[in-house]
Amino acid sequence: MKNYKNTIKKSVLALFVLISASLFIGCSDDDDPPAPVNEEEVITTMNITLATTGATAITLQSQDLDGDGPNAPTISVSGDLTANTTYTGTIELLNETESPAENITTEVKAEADEHQFLFVSTGAISQTGYADQDGNGNPIGIDFTLVTADAGSATLQVVLRHEPKKPNDGTLADAGGETDITQTFSLTVQ
Amino acid sequence: MKKFAFMLFLLSIVGKGFAQNCESILLGQVVDFHDNTPLDGATILITGTPLTTITKPDGKFRFEGICNGVLELEIFHPDCKSQFITITMEGDTFKKVSLEHHLEELQEVKVVGDLVKKETNSASEQTLNLNTIERFSGKSIGDALREIAGVSSLNTGSNIVKPSIHGLNGSRVLILNDGVRMQDMEWGEEHAPNIDINGSGSISVIKGAAALQYGGDAIGGVIVVSPQKTVKTDSLFGKTLLNAMTNGRGGNISSELSKSYESGWFANGQASFKRLGDREAPDYILSNTGVQEIGIKLNLGKQLFDWGWKANYSFFDAELAILRASHIGNVDDLIRSINSGQPEVIDPFTYDIDAPRQEVTHHIASLNVYKRFQGLGKWNVQYDFQNNRRFEYDVRVGDDRNTASIDLELTTHTFATDFKWDANSKYTLTTGLLARFQDNFANPATGVRRLIPDYEKFDFGGFLIAEFNLNESFILDAGLRYDFNRIDAQKFYLESRWEERGYDTEFQSLVIDDLGTQLLTNPKFDYHNVSGTVGFQYEPDNSTNFRLNYALAQRAPNPSELFSDGLHHSAARIELGDLRISSETSHKFSLSQSKDFDNWGYSVEPYVNYISDFILLEPTGVEFTIRGAFPVWSYRQTNARLIGVDVMGYTNLHSNWKTRHSFSLVKGSDVTEKQALIQIPPVSFRNTLTYMRPQWNDFEIGLENRYAFRQNEFPPNVMVFSPEQQQEVVLAINTPPKAYHLLALNAKMAFAVFGNSTLTTSVSAENLLNTNYRAYLNRQRYFADDLGRNISLQLKLNY
Repeated sequence: MKNYKNTIKKSVLALFVLISASLFIGCSDDDDPPAPVNEEEVITTMNITLATTGATAITLQSQDLDGDGPNAPTISVSGDLTANTTYTGTIELLNETESPAENITTEVKAEADEHQFLFVSTGAISQTGYADQDGNGNPIGIDFTLVTADAGSATLQVVLRHEPKKPNDGTLADAGGETDITQTFSLTVQ
Repeated sequence: MKKFAFMLFLLSIVGKGFAQNCESILLGQVVDFHDNTPLDGATILITGTPLTTITKPDGKFRFEGICNGVLELEIFHPDCKSQFITITMEGDTFKKVSLEHHLEELQEVKVVGDLVKKETNSASEQTLNLNTIERFSGKSIGDALREIAGVSSLNTGSNIVKPSIHGLNGSRVLILNDGVRMQDMEWGEEHAPNIDINGSGSISVIKGAAALQYGGDAIGGVIVVSPQKTVKTDSLFGKTLLNAMTNGRGGNISSELSKSYESGWFANGQASFKRLGDREAPDYILSNTGVQEIGIKLNLGKQLFDWGWKANYSFFDAELAILRASHIGNVDDLIRSINSGQPEVIDPFTYDIDAPRQEVTHHIASLNVYKRFQGLGKWNVQYDFQNNRRFEYDVRVGDDRNTASIDLELTTHTFATDFKWDANSKYTLTTGLLARFQDNFANPATGVRRLIPDYEKFDFGGFLIAEFNLNESFILDAGLRYDFNRIDAQKFYLESRWEERGYDTEFQSLVIDDLGTQLLTNPKFDYHNVSGTVGFQYEPDNSTNFRLNYALAQRAPNPSELFSDGLHHSAARIELGDLRISSETSHKFSLSQSKDFDNWGYSVEPYVNYISDFILLEPTGVEFTIRGAFPVWSYRQTNARLIGVDVMGYTNLHSNWKTRHSFSLVKGSDVTEKQALIQIPPVSFRNTLTYMRPQWNDFEIGLENRYAFRQNEFPPNVMVFSPEQQQEVVLAINTPPKAYHLLALNAKMAFAVFGNSTLTTSVSAENLLNTNYRAYLNRQRYFADDLGRNISLQLKLNY
């Protein structure tokens, strides 16, 4: 019964509020503007550094500053790889919509057992391998290795999966999960 | 306890023999109002004559040598209150009389005819009665509505069931809950109506926009959910329903209690609770498909003939898990899911409701007052308040794991008044006014750019409806309505999106702040909509009914059609509204013909609906982000045409056997683009065969057969570039699944317990053969099969 009475009271009150409010509709347009949302989890940028002794490191970058906006990511590769060389790779993920840019790599590291980078290569790349492990001894891929073959052209696809099957056989199909990042780089090996 | 409105079939057949004075035969049958079981031992008396008789075990009675003309019958039954009815004898006449059999509970008798007053005279209309509603007590309102020919549903899994009438859903279907128009996020495809089916006494569906008193924008139709009617007698009664089901390993309980007084006071309360764990497809667990729902309804009021008031409060809270496998990352994940034919995630059964999930809370409070003026009519005033809070949780990482991705609060105040002149028996006129204010708040704490912005909406409407009873068999109705809608939003656009949409040339004046990468805009749009209806009903005799109706309806675009902008994570698609979208206009012609013969009957309802500037959402292409490519679904306007027919039939060839049949067909085409419309339900059949044996504790067993054809008319699929495959591939997003066939079995019996109470038990099995199938109108058809076999047990106690 209490509920009823409250409801009735509220309703009657609200009725008066409505009637009086409707008299003022149109006069009041001074609402505070809504707060903007700057997405926190967005990964705008992936920087991959491929280093080897005795040569300048090569940087591969995919940058999409408007996030889910209509603009496609811009992709840049700083130079050519050397044939028959082993490279040490490191991946850095950034959210550049914030200033200073937020480093997302640390979040991935913190939840390493739920994430994995997968590498798919074609052409003049002979193999890729993992150089790091999560708490269960499964690969993550923030640190990896890449071995080039004889000179030629190559593609390297880098995919970050969230909640993949772990361990997996290193293929996208077996890993499953959701894709947080996927980017394919066209490379030249000489 | 169902003193309440029920739709009854009144079969009154005029005999073949031509009438002669005082040689006619009056045949009749007295049945229980609740379940149509014949009543044995009822006394029938023709008032003013010595003629009297008693019904046989089959409920039938017979008088011979009756004169033509008007008679009054008095009907007694030991368990029922006496009832007077008048009938017109024209030759041999058959009369079916329904008596309220549970006198102790009810103290009232319901007889005959259209117990649920039709909402319109000329439009196609159908009602679900309390029996059907109780059968679906463990399900959703959308599931129950599919019982009506021409009504299908757009599902997201099995928890989110959006009714679709004649191929149209969402904002085009207006839902009226106990006199209050539901204001929730009806625009989203994955948003179900926030109604607990257990609180309703009857549900009517008007297939079109003809019920102008409720709104002018119901291009699809109107669903009127009515509570059980109260009567002015001293009574106290209640009901408890308990459902347990195997698929989901849970069930629900619903209880209600009503008290009414001779003085007109009444109060009733109802509460229900539902809990299910993961559902199962025939071959696997549908991981994360559990549900928890709580519904509460309270009514209090005083109803007298000349005045009355009613206060109502209802609360609905639902936590709905969304199939884990349907949460995907990008277009490659979608392609993978479509091709694999099996969900990506299959975990062991659990009751947990994890992300992705929705949590919706809906409050309604309303106050209604009426006053009748002698020799004039009835005046009605209503205020209602609604608050709808929606959280949608996605699979998120890090600190945001438990933060909702969508957090909307929609508050609505509606004030409505109408006056009905019904003093003249030749015509009634109803006129009304409406004012509504709505505020939507999109919480920025989600950390996700808002899919729907903050906005305020103002609606004003006025209508006039007239109904003319030209003669006993001919009723004409007509109506006109005007609605004004203003939407005043504050929305952030990504600068890149603003330019990509071309808004920088057309709508630059809306920009009120430039934040660098984002623009704050203040779109303010006004819409003027006119709707109207005209039609007639012709009933040459009590067994034939013919209705013809034309309805014009205009609907202003909803916030999602205007403002949607962004990645819908749970659907892995980018949805884009358009500020340029204008109102859509529908012209619908519907015809309905029904005829009842001695032991069979049919009705046929063809219709055609031309909609100019029809607003639709369809896949249009793909956009690239660092996460890969996403299908883009855009709203656009086109001219559409929907043509369809609903056919229903029944037979009562034997007193123990009855059959029912229905068939629905709708064809939707985009006239401008010369292609099929998206999401049009496939052709379907439904047949039921029922065997009844009242002597065995009201034993009843029914077999239901449903067949849905494959939808062969669908818009073309889109080509997308797959980063994984490094090539253009077909995204088979529109390809419908195969046809399917489902069987269901339902058996029930009733027992008298504790003296005055009745316990009804029923057992039912859905998808009896455990068939693997996917439905075209289920948005999760890309990811998993539909539900497998479900066996449920229902106990109902009336007291």
